[in-house]
Amino acid sequence: MKEIVVISGKGGTGKTSITASFAVLGGKNVIVADCDVDAADMHLLLEPDFQDSEDFYSGELAYIKQGQCVKCGKCADVCRFDAIPIINNQYIVDPLSCEGCGYCARVCPTDAIINKDLNVGKWYISNIKTGSIMVHARLGIGADNSGKLVAKVKSEAKDIAEDEFKDYVIVDGSPGVGCPVVSSLSGASFVVLVTEPSVSGLHDLKRVYELVHKFNIKAGCIINKADINPEVCKNIEGFLQKENIVHIANLPYDEDFTKAMTNGQTIVEYSNGHLKELIAKSWKKILENVK
Amino acid sequence: MRIVFTTKGTSWESAMDPRFGRTEYFLIYDEGKDKLLHYDNRDSANDAHGAGPKTAQKLFEFSPDILITGNGPGGNATTVLEKTGVIILVGAGDMTAKEAYNAYKNGEL
Amino acid sequence: MKIAIASGKGGTGKTTLSTNLASYLAEKQDVVLIDLDVEEPNSGLFIHNDGVVQSHPVTIEDKFKMVPEWIEDKCTFCGICQKVCNFHAVIQLGKMIMVFPELCHGCYACSELCPTDALPMIPKKMGELKHIKTGQLNFVESRLLIGEEQAVPLISQTHKYIDEHFDAETIKIFDSPPGTSCPVIEATKDADFVILITEPTPFGFHDLKLAVETMKELKKKFGVVVNRYGIGNDDVVDYCEKENVPLLAKVPNDRRITELYSKGKLVYKEVPEMGKELDKIIAYLSTLKDGGLA
Repeated sequence: MKEIVVISGKGGTGKTSITASFAVLGGKNVIVADCDVDAADMHLLLEPDFQDSEDFYSGELAYIKQGQCVKCGKCADVCRFDAIPIINNQYIVDPLSCEGCGYCARVCPTDAIINKDLNVGKWYISNIKTGSIMVHARLGIGADNSGKLVAKVKSEAKDIAEDEFKDYVIVDGSPGVGCPVVSSLSGASFVVLVTEPSVSGLHDLKRVYELVHKFNIKAGCIINKADINPEVCKNIEGFLQKENIVHIANLPYDEDFTKAMTNGQTIVEYSNGHLKELIAKSWKKILENVK
Repeated sequence: MRIVFTTKGTSWESAMDPRFGRTEYFLIYDEGKDKLLHYDNRDSANDAHGAGPKTAQKLFEFSPDILITGNGPGGNATTVLEKTGVIILVGAGDMTAKEAYNAYKNGEL
Repeated sequence: MKIAIASGKGGTGKTTLSTNLASYLAEKQDVVLIDLDVEEPNSGLFIHNDGVVQSHPVTIEDKFKMVPEWIEDKCTFCGICQKVCNFHAVIQLGKMIMVFPELCHGCYACSELCPTDALPMIPKKMGELKHIKTGQLNFVESRLLIGEEQAVPLISQTHKYIDEHFDAETIKIFDSPPGTSCPVIEATKDADFVILITEPTPFGFHDLKLAVETMKELKKKFGVVVNRYGIGNDDVVDYCEKENVPLLAKVPNDRRITELYSKGKLVYKEVPEMGKELDKIIAYLSTLKDGGLA
């Protein structure tokens, strides 16, 4: 079983549309893991049925048992996040400010403070229209994506792939360069970088590739909207060559991407033209590189 | 030589876990005594952040000479491992522990 | 007046709107543009690229956070520090304590609970704030160092800088990080008005709904700007009407805009339709109480 991770560094490059297309092309043989939980949009294209769901906990939140509180104020004194205001003569934890460091509980003389696991959202296992399965998640407001959630979504997807003898897991990776994307990359067999030829696209590509390189994972790159800016596109191609990154394909700027999305479809279902062919070729090239 | 593998199980036949920080188990092989031990690291799934350095700390307790894993540890874990002086060998993500050991012996990692 | 520009997902035109609106307004009055997308600040690319800012920086200052530093001589290796750290930022390795500043949330627990004061808190650089001025446009950006994970403290220090250097009447435009997580909440919490920008596509619509929920939860006044209007469908526009969310402007879907963006250029100077939409946004903002718009 091989794990293919798609990442992009910045938003709006078409990463999710392309990943969903690969899921359709791979059909029953591909388990999908949506780890872009900050902007989890893959479900809009793959029609999941939300069959199983489970609450997800990450980090902790202080909770004051009022009955045991002697109002000494030590907790509020030590809190560096101003998360324990006095409301109606009671010390109350403000959940949006609490960092879950647990310091308050350690200094409370009456053990009135406990750390509760913080419910940050739900994760789901769904049947999708490709005849396969997708693992995905939804975060609550103000909840941060974490390495833990990404690891959970990925390990569920891998377990399913192994139990059902599937050959591939395809992961829609997290944005940025922090802990979630590290967790997205960890364990990958091949990384697909999706970028666009804009000044910020190239900048973000370089930043995220630093991480991929550090993990020693083989990588390939798709330049989307390649014709928007031929000059930057050339620069990206030069970068790929220099870093020994497989240049998978250049895709044109094409509003069919949006039209397909508006229809709730991936581009390979919507169009029969050139674009579909390019994406099918890209998928083939990725599989050749994963072997 | 004391060799540690990141694995998904507790025997030589277990598949390697390509991850370091969130590996399910460590398999610890003492070549001198020909003894195989394991350590259950599945708790790491509960860490929102910082799984890497914590796992590296656990590893330190086994004072290994060599670590064999898949993709290589992240930045924070690497910082810890550098202090422990362990030699890190990567690229064994798709093997079983036994295969990884043989690959190491043949100088293939 | 503080105006935050935010979006549910990345890549919807947040930076394009922030930079264009700020530069456009600055043709007539004092404006501050603040890039709070501290992990990936790239408003600056547009401000510089357009030749607007040829001037010298007003300020470049390092921004610090407090992290523990281990003093070996004082340490008794009791292990309390690593036990009390919920973030695995302090680790004991035999006769050595290691601190991971990027993982540290600055709660002071290890430092203050250490029985021998072996872990005093010291400032450590987490990023850099840069302030440049040209004509009537002030541009402030903060950039987190690579590997730093805590965006919130840098965003809050940037807010502080703005409050100290500009009076309440000056128009301030904040380019916020994408999403609905803590950094966005920190970036928008002091704003008098939030502009949510989205695309009229299923992805854009889905992420807009999450952003609207977040703004309602924070009890913010907000309005929506639709970018790339003309592609996709009417779901976003219908939703705004139904939910009584003010629809401030519709930036047309125009390949020229995408191309200008890719070059890091300001749009309104070359695409007059953009200027018209900016006028609509400004007209709406000036109807707000304390609008402060000239």
